[in-house]
Amino acid sequence: MNTATIKTKIDTARPVTAEQADKESVYSTRQLNLWYGNNHALKNIDLEIGENEVTAIIGPSGCGKSTYLKTLNRMVELVPSVKTSGEIQYRGRNIFESSYGVEELRTRVGMVFQKPNPFPKSIYDNIAYGPRIHGIKNKKILDEIVEKSLRGAAIWDEVKDRLNENAYGISGGQQQRICIARTLAIEPDVILMDEPTSALDPISTLKIEELVQELKEQYSIIIVTHNMQQAARISDKTAFFLNGEVIEYDRTDTIFSNPADKRTEDYISGRFG
Amino acid sequence: MRTSVQELIAKSKDKKSKKIIEKLIPILLFLIASVSVLTTIGIVLTLIIETFTFFTRVPLTDFILGTTWLPFANSGAQFGIWPLIIGTLKITGIAIIVAVPIGISAAIYLSEYASDNVRRIVKPVLEVLAGVPTIVYGFFALTFVTPVLQSFFPEIKIFNAISPGIVVGIMIIPMIASLSEDAMSSVPKSIRDGALAMGSTKFEVAWKITVPAALSGIIASVVLGLSRAIGETMIVSLAAGSTPKFDGDFTGSIQTMTAYIVQVSKGDAGYGTTIYYSIYAVGFTLFLFTMAMNILAGYMSKRFREEY
Repeated sequence: MNTATIKTKIDTARPVTAEQADKESVYSTRQLNLWYGNNHALKNIDLEIGENEVTAIIGPSGCGKSTYLKTLNRMVELVPSVKTSGEIQYRGRNIFESSYGVEELRTRVGMVFQKPNPFPKSIYDNIAYGPRIHGIKNKKILDEIVEKSLRGAAIWDEVKDRLNENAYGISGGQQQRICIARTLAIEPDVILMDEPTSALDPISTLKIEELVQELKEQYSIIIVTHNMQQAARISDKTAFFLNGEVIEYDRTDTIFSNPADKRTEDYISGRFG
Repeated sequence: MRTSVQELIAKSKDKKSKKIIEKLIPILLFLIASVSVLTTIGIVLTLIIETFTFFTRVPLTDFILGTTWLPFANSGAQFGIWPLIIGTLKITGIAIIVAVPIGISAAIYLSEYASDNVRRIVKPVLEVLAGVPTIVYGFFALTFVTPVLQSFFPEIKIFNAISPGIVVGIMIIPMIASLSEDAMSSVPKSIRDGALAMGSTKFEVAWKITVPAALSGIIASVVLGLSRAIGETMIVSLAAGSTPKFDGDFTGSIQTMTAYIVQVSKGDAGYGTTIYYSIYAVGFTLFLFTMAMNILAGYMSKRFREEY
């Protein structure tokens, strides 16, 4: 697909209105630097991420896009020898503050991973896991949450008769939607998605993309993707990362039709990456 | 001109010795493999035949229903197996109460919390502990644990069930810890990440995700520990005494199935006496217990398996 067809698609799909343009930001990143040991993986990142928007992060492998995403819920700290400087404000509070508990942050910011990673439990227990660890025990409330989350992830009809079966018995695409439903179950504010369709077939990919469109009514979504068409199809804003830096960040239609930077243009037109 | 590689290969293929070796190897390996199978069959057969002889002299019902074990009585010897089974169960019960919580906690610590450096040191130490000869544990029970227990509870006798029970438990801790740790470490990291990303604490991940996912392996390790506790001989022979008793007393001398076999084997029960045959009957009972454990292990690990 060339850029021209992508552009027409965007134009017809979604006219961006003025008030959408200055929504409140959920995340403000200021002068973020990150090192893995001596490897300087993120360099002076400044990024504002808007509420109820889909923000896509694109860039070639090793450009730091997944690292940035994992920094937003501090999962990156699971890697030994990670150092950071600068700050990330989530809803006005710096997530690196020592008083900010990671559990609290991750309860507000959900994450969907590259490969579907359901828990080796029944579908029901997968969805109920989050509410349960956060103290919800009432069976009736849990039943409601499970149904609502599965409906929210557009998979209720496919699994409603097999809620007690192991989540590993369903297809990869369904597993990924179970993982999305699991995230929705604690009604987060933001959902981070790390190449959520890279391990899936085209039909499952389409379903997840449609789902993302629906979810942005209620959630702010940040999605890392290798697939530029996907970014063009589903996102409102796109950030282009290269070698740990943000080269360009703008509305998706601008990035894909009229990029300001030569490197962005080269990347989206497929000259490298 | 040099001969081509393909020609060289064809030449060496024709060598007779190579063909013969290829034919002989499977036969040789089959014979070697048969040795272990035949030995097992031989042992079981001996056990069954001698047990059968025992039951021609003592009625089966007396053996499995009787509650008095008095083989050395000059007249009216009684062979009711229950006192020996109770003795074994006392030891096994205490051992499991000691070993399961400690072994599984150690496994959780090693797989979920310990740094690589700690794990590198602790795991080999655990494996060394598993290699300590049981006679050493027996000494430890008799000369250290029992006196310590006596200083707290003076009613405990020099031979009792508690001290060897605890020490058998200590003996199987490394096995339970090490095997459970293996099972827990093999739970994929991606599943843990999924749980952490939902705001779980480390302990919630360990207790609600890793342990259930590894449960079949953990159960297998506990049942293996159980089999070892049931079959344990040296510790109980040294520290538990030799008084078969059909009661719930843990403080005084008891006798287990294994300890009885030792007692008879090292004593002067002549070949062909009823006492001589009785050790086969007891051994066979022991064998049934261990086999039941293995079947139970298979069933449990299937029942609790969480696929990933």
